[in-house]
This record gives sequence, C-alpha cells and structure tokens, in this order.
Amino acid sequence: MNFKHKFVFLFPGLFVLIGILIFPIIFTIRLSLSGWNSYTPEMNFIGITNYIRLFTDDPRFWESFFRLSFLSVTTVILQYVIGFALAMMVWREIKFKRFFRVIFLVPMMTTPVIMTVIWRTFFHESLGPVNDLLGGLGVKPILWLSDPVIAKFTVIIVEVWQWTPFMFLLLLAGLLSLPKEPFLAAAIDGASPFRKFVYVTFPLMAPISIGAIIIRLIEASKIMDTVFVLTSGGPGTATETSSFYIYIKGLREFQMGYAATLSFTYLVIMIISLTIIAKVLTKLMIKE
Amino acid sequence: MKTIKTCVTALISALLVFSPVAYADKWSDQFPHIKATGDIPGDCSYESMSKKNYKGKTLKINTHAVPVMGEPTALHAEQFAKLTGAKVDVTHTPAGDLYAKAMVPFQAGQAPYDIVFGFSNFINDWRRYLEPVPKKYVEMKQMKDVTPSHIGVASWDGVMYQFPVDGDRHYLKYRKDVIDNPEYQKQYKEATGKELKVPTTWKEYGEMAAYFNGWDWDGDGEKEYGSAEVMKKDDLMYAAFYSRSAAYSKNPKTPGGFFFDLETMKPLINNPGFVEALTDWVEATKYVPPGGINFGLGDEIGSFGGGQTLFSFSWDDAFVAAMQPDSPINNKVGAAQLPGAMKVWNRKTNSWDEGFNQAPFFVWGWAVGVAKKSKEKEMAFDYLCFFANEANHQADIGIGRFGVNPFRNDDFKVDVWTQIGWDKDIAQSYVDTLAQMEQSKNRVFPLRVPGTFEFNAALATAAAKALAGQLSPQAALDEAAKQWEDILNRVGKDNVRKAYAVGVAMEDNKQ
Repeated sequence: MNFKHKFVFLFPGLFVLIGILIFPIIFTIRLSLSGWNSYTPEMNFIGITNYIRLFTDDPRFWESFFRLSFLSVTTVILQYVIGFALAMMVWREIKFKRFFRVIFLVPMMTTPVIMTVIWRTFFHESLGPVNDLLGGLGVKPILWLSDPVIAKFTVIIVEVWQWTPFMFLLLLAGLLSLPKEPFLAAAIDGASPFRKFVYVTFPLMAPISIGAIIIRLIEASKIMDTVFVLTSGGPGTATETSSFYIYIKGLREFQMGYAATLSFTYLVIMIISLTIIAKVLTKLMIKE
Repeated sequence: MKTIKTCVTALISALLVFSPVAYADKWSDQFPHIKATGDIPGDCSYESMSKKNYKGKTLKINTHAVPVMGEPTALHAEQFAKLTGAKVDVTHTPAGDLYAKAMVPFQAGQAPYDIVFGFSNFINDWRRYLEPVPKKYVEMKQMKDVTPSHIGVASWDGVMYQFPVDGDRHYLKYRKDVIDNPEYQKQYKEATGKELKVPTTWKEYGEMAAYFNGWDWDGDGEKEYGSAEVMKKDDLMYAAFYSRSAAYSKNPKTPGGFFFDLETMKPLINNPGFVEALTDWVEATKYVPPGGINFGLGDEIGSFGGGQTLFSFSWDDAFVAAMQPDSPINNKVGAAQLPGAMKVWNRKTNSWDEGFNQAPFFVWGWAVGVAKKSKEKEMAFDYLCFFANEANHQADIGIGRFGVNPFRNDDFKVDVWTQIGWDKDIAQSYVDTLAQMEQSKNRVFPLRVPGTFEFNAALATAAAKALAGQLSPQAALDEAAKQWEDILNRVGKDNVRKAYAVGVAMEDNKQ
C-alpha cells in the first residue's frame, strides 16, 4: 500500500479537528495577545500585557476561580453520594423499579435555565413559597439569595438537583454491568451488605466512578447558567464563578482580548488540575 | 355675498377643526392602539405612512425582550408592515446582551440589523457605526417638541445619532395614601418627633422608610416595607447609585465634572460625597423587602407597583405601572424630585458645603439608531419616525410595561394624563416633577465615554460588595476608583477627557 494514501484517508478527520478544535484555540491565543475592546476594535499586538494584568492585578478572577473550585467539588461530591445511593436503590429488586428509574432522571431532562428560573421563584425571599412554608413552621425567613454564604449553598442545591440524575444514570449503568460472580462468592462467604459494598461493589465501581466524577467535574467547572439566572454572581461577588466572570469581561464589558486571556488561562488550569485529580482519584480508588 | 363668505369660512373652519377626528375614525378602527386620540396628522402619521410603499423590502430590528420596549417595537413593526407593505423582522434580546449583539457585527463591518435598540449611554461607542439622523427628520414638527435635554442625550457634539423614542430620568415615587394620611402623620410625629411628609433629603427618606418597614400599614394582611430599589449588581444598579450620590456630590459651585475632575481626570467616585451616599445605601438594605438586595429593575417595578413598599426611585415605569387601572395602588402614589442632602462635597475646598442641595439625574434611557451599513436606511428612519409619531407616543406613554416615557414638551401637560384616568393632583405632581427636572441648573447626565461599560461595571461591582457587607463603603469606592484609573490608562486619559467634556458641558449648562 502506498504510504501517501494513509494521509488522504486521514485528511478529512484532520481537517475537521483543525477546524473545530485547533483553529479556535490558536485564535483565542492570538486574541489574548491583543487589546481588542469596544474602543480599539482590532487585533493589535500588545504582547503579554493581558497576562501580566491577570497575574498581578486581577484578584477578582482568582477569587472566582477558588469559589468555582469550592462549588464544583462540593456539588460533584454530593451528586456522587446521592447518585450512588439512588442507583443502589433501583439496582435491587424493588417495587416500581422502572418508575423510579424514570422519575430520578426527570431533573436532568428539564432545561437548566427554565428550572433555575423556577428555583429562583421558590427561593424568592419575600414572594417565594419556601420562606412561606418555613414561616408556617415558625422559622424566620432565610436569605436564600441575599446572604453571601447561604447564596452559595442555594447554588449548590440547584446544581445537585439538576445533575444528580446524570451521576445516577452512569452509576446505574455501571452497576448493571458488574459481573455476578464476586457477589455470589461474597454471599457464600456470608459477607454483610456493608462489607459487600465496601469490598466488592465499591472497588468494582471505581473505574466507572472516576469517569463519572471527572465528566461531572468538567461540566461543573463550567457552571454559568445557574449562577447567571439565580444570583447574577451576587450578592456582591459572592457566587461569581470563573465562567461568569469571563462572560462579564467579554460580552458585558466587551474586553474581548482580556476575556480571551482569561479563557485560555482557565483552559490550561483546568487541563492541569483535572489531570491531577484523575490521577489522585485513580490512586485512591483503584487498588492493584 | 357676506352670508356665502361666512358659510364658506365656517365650513373650512369645521373641516380644519374636525379633520383629526376624521383621521381618528379612519385609523383607530384599524389600529385600536390609538383609539384614545386617533391618528394625529404629521409627517410620520398613519395617514402619511400609508402612502409609502415598501413592498418586497425587509426591515430587520434588534430590540429588547418583551415587554419593556420590546412590546412597542413589535407592535409598531406590525402596524408599519400593514401600512407600507414592508416585511419587518423583530429580534428580541435581553438587556445585558443588547450592546454586544450590535457591537460584534458592527466591529466586523456587517449589518445584520437595520435598526438597533440599546441605551442612550452607548452613544459614544456606537456612533461611528450609526447613521446620523437625516435633517428631514430632525426638522420635523414631532422632533421640535422633544425637550432640549433629550435632544442632548440623543446627540453627540451637535449631531443626532439616536432617534428619540423615550425619555428617562430618575425621580422619587411614594405612597401618597400613607404620606398624606393624618393618622400616620400623627403616629410618626409621636414616634420620631418629626413630620411625615414627602422626603426632601435622603436622610429623611431613610428615616421614614425604616419606620414603615416590616408591618402591615395598608391593611391588606401582608407586611409592607420601606423602599424598593435596584440593588442587583448587573441590573442597572450603578444608575441607582448615581441617583443617590448626585445630592451629595454634584456641587453647583464646582463645575467641571461629577464622575471625574475634567482638568486632571482624577476619578471622583471615592470622595466623601459618594461615600456618604453609599453609606446611606448600605443602611437602606435594612428597609428593603426580604431579598431586596437582589432586586433588578423588573423586581423594583413589581414591588412598588404591586404596593409592597412606601418608596421607590428609578425610571418612570414603576410609577406608570402603579397608575394603571388594574394596579392595587392606582391613584395612591405621588411623584417628587429625587431627595437632596443638607450638605454637598466641595472638591475645591476639600470640605462639605452646608445647606440644601438637590441634583436631578438624567439617567440614560432607551435609544435607537440606524446602522450605517444598512441598505434600508430610509425605511428604517421612517419606521422610527412612525414609532414615535404623536398618536403612538401618546398611547405608549400610558402603558407602564412599554417603557416609553415622556420626552416631549406636550407630555408635561396635565390633560395628557388625566385623559387616561389619573387623578388631577397626581398628574400635576408628576408633570411638575418632570418639568422641574428639565428646568434644573444642577443636573447630572450619564457617563458617555469610551469604555462606559467598564467604568459602570467596576462601580457596580464595588457598590455591590459594600451592599453585601464584603467591603466598607470607603474601601469599596477606593477599589472602584483604582479600577477607574486602570481603565483610564487603558483607554487613554485624553480620549476619555474629550468625550467626557461633552457631557460636562451639558451639566454645566454650556450647551
């Protein structure tokens, strides 16, 4: 076979890859080296000025990044624990198993923006039903969206509600694909349900768990719509995340060059940190 | 002969007098929106537009989401299409994205929209991409009635780039049934030793709002609160902050800039005047409804318009919404100028000048322009002219959710408002408030410089941090001032100064 023919077959895939992945990244890097904004709408070259500004004079970006880390790690841990518990529940032979499997998936099938609007209405401090219900029980109104600390947990509640079904789906698929033999052996040995979970189910589920956690971490690190609709990053900057901050800089303040700098830096940080997280999780969860 | 002459004169007079009614009958049947006035003759009236033929042509408009400005845009687009045969495509965009949605294609040299709606403070960034309003429209009768302030807002260095369709300013709205209630006046006097009256200073505003906070003072079984304000960071809150700051920082003795010192271009937003205003505003978080710190404009309109609070201050919409027949507080509200202060900061002497000071804020409002690269400029200007014709305008200003507010001298006549069901004294207080603002010599105009968005966003973020308790008012405004310095350095002080001088000339009554 002529060696050159391989390249002919590779070319369409390569072309698509360059078009949809390589070109946008290169364009973003180039844009990040420009001062493109509303008053200088051109791809001028300003060197690494934007990067110097980011690393020396923009604490808001780093605050939003650490806030994002807290929000995404917390939501993914909660989603994993709840999702695993629900998957374990419907994995067993229980009544209305099919019904529960479908009902647990409903939040994921709804549109995030619409659902967040509904949650915002629920949590509205003076007009929403949550504080009304709590008031009926004698509880003082809770500042769901106006207290800087509580607002973070409100975002977490909405995110967990929306995306736990995704975790549930992956983990249930994993549980259904597990081999039966190790469970039979554990049953013959008289292992308790707790020991079966710790020594059989959990280790067998580890590779799937790592995959599910990483997928959700990638998604959670892009959290934008929930924050945008629920709190707009407020009160103050208490719930502002990196992606929301980049959106503000790029599309609200029209600092395109600087927003590209933020995006590219964020991409690099995410690639490095997710690689480290995946390695750590593999080490912790998969024992040779 | 004399009798014939008299008859002919009477006939002609009758035709002249009743001709508008004839138009009204003809057009208001077809377009019920103008049923109150019928068509009003003019260059862009229904009658005039019906003579245009734009069949086979398409007009593309980007406007705000429904209802505020989006609803009248769509309504008038439909009417325009019926009258002229044009096809009109209307795209609705959320407020926060209006700027970028026009700016991205502008900068790429494209014109996906013939007409772009935005805010009047976009003018400096947008003007190079907008077609100046042609002389023929500038000299029309309907344009001659626009107040000088709003001609100024729509123009840059004497050239009109934005077609006036709306007029905006911030003013105080209050519950007249409470403030004028003798029982509450007595009760308030006993409790505080002070008079219950329309507040003339922000301190009085705060005291009254705090007193009327958290109890059922209108007997509807629900708790009411002191004040509804736009406090949400990305939802126009910086405009509310400027309104609160004007009394403390706009000193008529120190012309030459409210936001910057025009000479040195030093940001003034962290001077004691602004800090005092932010301190008042942080205090206000105690007398807004629960969650009030997250109120955007829509929430503020809903809260005051729905009877939840004693006071509010922002654009006309909440007031007009409160005065609509279906409102629970219809004819129970009053309007007054923004409160003032008993001291104002003097940046020349670096001290407070004692004495009453008040400064109306001509906050930016809805604005609209025609893209320079549009291929349908004539049709686009005709549409805008039709949008703002006398009949449409009179119908639009009476509908709170439309967001179309007074900007013509005729709008300041009491009859315009009593005709749509307002009590005469309320209509009088409303038109007086607006007229007094127009006549004021100590006005503040919105910041309209390159990078306006960056300046306002930096200020809003800092103020939001103070409201949320993340920073003290002084620290928050110091942070904002530092960011303003950085923005100035990026944009270029001279660029900003040149643009800012245009607004300062208006504030200093030189234009």
